[in-house]
Amino acid sequence: MNLKELKEIINLMKEHGLSELEIEKEGFKIKLKKSNGQYIAHEEGIALPKASIQQPALERSQAPAASQPQAPLGNEVIVRSPMVGTFYPAPAPDQAPYVNVGTMIKPDDVLCIVEAMKLMNEIKSEISGRIIEIMVENGTPVEFDQPLFRVALP
Amino acid sequence: MFKRILIANRGEIAVRIIRACRELGIETVAVYSKADKDSMHVQLAHEAICIGNSPSSESYLNIPSIISAAEIADVEAIHPGYGFLAENAHFAEICESCQIKFIGPKPESIRLMGDKAMARQTVSKAGLPITPGTDVIADQEEALRFAKKIGYPVIIKAKMGGGGKGMKVAHNDGKLVSAFLTARTEAEAAFGNGDLYIEKYIEEPRHIEMQILADQYGTTVYLGERDCSIQRRHQKLIEEAPSPSLSKKTRKKLGDAAVKIAKAVRYENAGTIEFLVDKDENFYFMEMNTRLQVEHPVTELVTGIDIVKEQIRIAAGEKLGYSQEDIHTTGAAIECRINAEDPSNSFMPSPGRIDKYVPPGGPWVRVDSHVYAGYVIPPFYDSMIGKVIVYGHHRHEAIATMARALSEMQIGPIKTTIPLHLRIMNRPDFIKGKVNTGFIDRLLTQTQTQAKKEIHESV
Repeated sequence: MNLKELKEIINLMKEHGLSELEIEKEGFKIKLKKSNGQYIAHEEGIALPKASIQQPALERSQAPAASQPQAPLGNEVIVRSPMVGTFYPAPAPDQAPYVNVGTMIKPDDVLCIVEAMKLMNEIKSEISGRIIEIMVENGTPVEFDQPLFRVALP
Repeated sequence: MFKRILIANRGEIAVRIIRACRELGIETVAVYSKADKDSMHVQLAHEAICIGNSPSSESYLNIPSIISAAEIADVEAIHPGYGFLAENAHFAEICESCQIKFIGPKPESIRLMGDKAMARQTVSKAGLPITPGTDVIADQEEALRFAKKIGYPVIIKAKMGGGGKGMKVAHNDGKLVSAFLTARTEAEAAFGNGDLYIEKYIEEPRHIEMQILADQYGTTVYLGERDCSIQRRHQKLIEEAPSPSLSKKTRKKLGDAAVKIAKAVRYENAGTIEFLVDKDENFYFMEMNTRLQVEHPVTELVTGIDIVKEQIRIAAGEKLGYSQEDIHTTGAAIECRINAEDPSNSFMPSPGRIDKYVPPGGPWVRVDSHVYAGYVIPPFYDSMIGKVIVYGHHRHEAIATMARALSEMQIGPIKTTIPLHLRIMNRPDFIKGKVNTGFIDRLLTQTQTQAKKEIHESV
């Protein structure tokens, strides 16, 4: 699935007033959900055998959803960005952020959005804990592995 | 002209591209994997964005990551360098659809020439010679039939291959059958496509390639040839311009053929057409590389043309501004690829920390490298750590300069191929210009025989 195809699907959804769409193809699954004007994509890559360099990397992407916590400093971990893109703390500009300082989080909780190539990717937590610090500002570009949240472990 | 360019590569070529951009007043954005955090290209660029973990598949081949980086850094163009995504038509298409200029040819050209079997057909249709060979062959029986018709030896190649990978030579039926199966498996693993084709194997040919440049307005020129016959396992070690033993007549034929091929596929930007030339100066099209090549510096030194800058200018929509008559080559240039490998130990890779690094200097010596004292060579990527390129007013002077430059170069404690290059510079055959693709094997076999003899004599 390439960017053109994804854009077309999103336009079709808009046209027909669809709010949710799930597509499963060989080695690839994508769910598109309209949430208050924004289209949020949740990709799941089914692990493919190590294949050629020639195949488009888009179709082969692994689940980018979960961040990887670093080795804890004392009782803290740093949640880092699993991708390159733009950081948004909330689902939409006029909405409340997913988490604040002090929020208790558990695995699979959505922490933030990293927008990449016009797709809003939900970044989910892998751990339980309490948010101590939000390390990036709304709308700033983030790189791979960039620290996003400082989390106190229970 | 572009204001900002992202370099989708690493190592010495990323440094090369950043240098050209700086001289043109273009801002540069580097992308890097975690392993390349301290790399020179990261330090030299205006901005650097980490795009993934160390393995190439997660970083330098990670298209979404690279495109995201291009978007957040707001670049107008991407230079893919060589290797990685440089010949990935899909990547070129994605750049186009994101309104980012891919500094290279159009996706269709990449696709057409990337299919080696189809490229041969296209060239043959243009009336140019190709090595006698087949289209994709279905099975061993077909392979055997072809070999019977055309005669041994033959070479099996992958349709989607390139860069000298996955090629197998067979001298008889038995070898052909077993090689066929192995080649298929290897091709599937390396290129995701097990399709094979066969060519007549021209014994000990010279590998001569022609550099072309084409702008977006149909002007296509050739910048002269490079002789890359000194190879080990189809990987180039030394390249030179011009070829030490090519007649003026054949040179012009190769140049005209290269331009004809480029025009046949409506090629734009820099490209190289590779030929095999036999001892009677018959030449045959082998493949076309739709990208900048590692050995581009030797052409730059004998023509005075900065190929990377021309790539950027062409992509920015500028006219080439000169024609074939304006291009002159003078003197001779030689390039030695310095790899972090131990030539005295089966070319075992030698990654790790470089404690001592003293590059050569002096007149007409050029060093294209990304390493420095204190740099740690990561194990995830290829072993080339730099190129030493020299220019001389004639070939003998170039050889003397290269020998001098290599002897003053110090890299340690890792092992490099510098000692091997020094030996080659002193070989009578090389000095006489008597090189073909069998050169390195002969040298290495002789080394083994010599070593065994010495051991035997000392006993």
